[in-house]
Amino acid sequence: MRTWPVIVTIAKRELSAYFESPVAYVFLVVFLLLAGFFTFSLGGFFELGEASLNSFFTWMPWLFLFLVPAVGMRLWSEERRLGTIELLLTMPVSTWQAIVAKFLASWAFLAIALALTFPVVITVNWLGDPDNGIIVAGYVGSLLLAGTFLSIACLTSALTRNQVIAFILALVLCLLLILVGFAPVTTMLSRFADIWLVDIIASFSVLTHFEGFQKGVVDTRDLLFFLSVMGFSLFTTGVVLRNHRAG
Amino acid sequence: MIKVENLSKSFGSNRAVDEVSFEVQKGEVLGFIGPNGSGKSTTMRMITGFYPATAGKVSVCGFDVSENPIEAKEKIGYLPESAPSYQEMSVLSFLNFAAEMRGLRGEQKRSAIRRVVQTCHLDNVLGQTIDTLSKGFKHRTCLAQAIIHDPEVLVLDEPTDGLDPNQKHEVRSLIKTMGKTKAIIFSTHILEEVEAVCSRAIIIDRGRVVANGTPEELKARSERAGVVIVTLLGASEASVKDKLTGIASLHRCEVRESGGGRVSVEAFPTSSSGIEAQSLAGRIAEIAVRENWKIEQLKTEEGRLEEVFRSITMPDTQSGKGAA
Repeated sequence: MRTWPVIVTIAKRELSAYFESPVAYVFLVVFLLLAGFFTFSLGGFFELGEASLNSFFTWMPWLFLFLVPAVGMRLWSEERRLGTIELLLTMPVSTWQAIVAKFLASWAFLAIALALTFPVVITVNWLGDPDNGIIVAGYVGSLLLAGTFLSIACLTSALTRNQVIAFILALVLCLLLILVGFAPVTTMLSRFADIWLVDIIASFSVLTHFEGFQKGVVDTRDLLFFLSVMGFSLFTTGVVLRNHRAG
Repeated sequence: MIKVENLSKSFGSNRAVDEVSFEVQKGEVLGFIGPNGSGKSTTMRMITGFYPATAGKVSVCGFDVSENPIEAKEKIGYLPESAPSYQEMSVLSFLNFAAEMRGLRGEQKRSAIRRVVQTCHLDNVLGQTIDTLSKGFKHRTCLAQAIIHDPEVLVLDEPTDGLDPNQKHEVRSLIKTMGKTKAIIFSTHILEEVEAVCSRAIIIDRGRVVANGTPEELKARSERAGVVIVTLLGASEASVKDKLTGIASLHRCEVRESGGGRVSVEAFPTSSSGIEAQSLAGRIAEIAVRENWKIEQLKTEEGRLEEVFRSITMPDTQSGKGAA
């Protein structure tokens, strides 16, 4: 009954904390600049001659790989470093409410960042006649991908009070989730292992599950994959936080 | 209102709190004293539900902290050690956050914020970000957060740490006033604070409760409690000693100074309880009058909490010389 008001209060504080420090603005500028650079220069948006945002979404996992851990690294490590975790968890909230609230706030922040890429949507619609359904699916996939990486960053930030360590750990874990489905890696793996084994390994990759969204297909299995990684990471965050205090 | 039963906490093989039990009623201010690392903060963290207890039970206003944590936490206001707060927030938005976390909305919230801003004297810094504040203001901001929902139980971990003497005085009188209607536990290193504010004190050492009583009771445990110091004029050492030894409630007497018709004596009573000591001083006065000695000084020592604290928490060096 008191669950949602509490979650909203914590999430509101968390989200405003981003904007009360320069972090939010630095992040947004860097994200938008890089997204533009990847799409138009590396992705060859104009050279493709297609009315699609393929070049934009293809780079998303790589962009998120660096930027999402940067957003998530402070979630719990900062609370532990400043001792505010003691303040927060002795207020009438349960640990899971606090975890969900903080996660949702950061996710909302990433959603704002994604929403601010709207000029590319306008550009592609002005230049040609793209399938906007595919673009929407691409955005949904990107948001889920961001949430997945964020939940991992949330977990690593609960492990340490040092933000740099939290960042690097999150980055390594996210990189792993990308690489196991990255074409050059899977081809290399298929030289040593049977194809079914490579497939199983690749099915743990965010790339494999992101592909569908990029093509405009919203598959329940992909949805389920992203949501279960998030659920697992947040649950583990709870276990980690409880263990710190259990001694 | 606070009931702690056989509470224990281990970190690995290290027993930080060992079978601690006590109760605090409404209208009581309990002072928690003990050397650094004796388990004060750990005990408080278990009472407030931050640390789960390894064994034992805490109940706050009838709610078991481990079984009904939310209900129990609603009743508690907590000022953690070193008064943490969200550095990048302004004082006002921090208080807004704390009020909303306590379920206060609208006019209720605004009046609660007005009240704590007034009690903690924060009016001039409301718009400032917390990390630009001085230590005293940071501390009071965190204290304001603890009392914003007018809790029935207050747990304050070193509430006067890092404050200047005026602020210390203010916080003490605040605790004293609030103590009339709430149950308060606070920890401190400053023993005079205990005497000034507490209705009861607990000395905790190496995770165990080693003394529990009113400040007066604890002081009476001092070995100097009840000692009568008397300085007499026109008397000789031998006669004073001779006359005083006749008093029934006298354990022994020691001459501190003597010469030129001036004798200074410390008289130790048989027991340090208040009445015996009083009667001892009275008897000495009677004898002095009868023998026609002039009394220059006559005083009964109350006993010092500091001494009790040291003798209890440093058993090897009975009332040691160095500061604890």
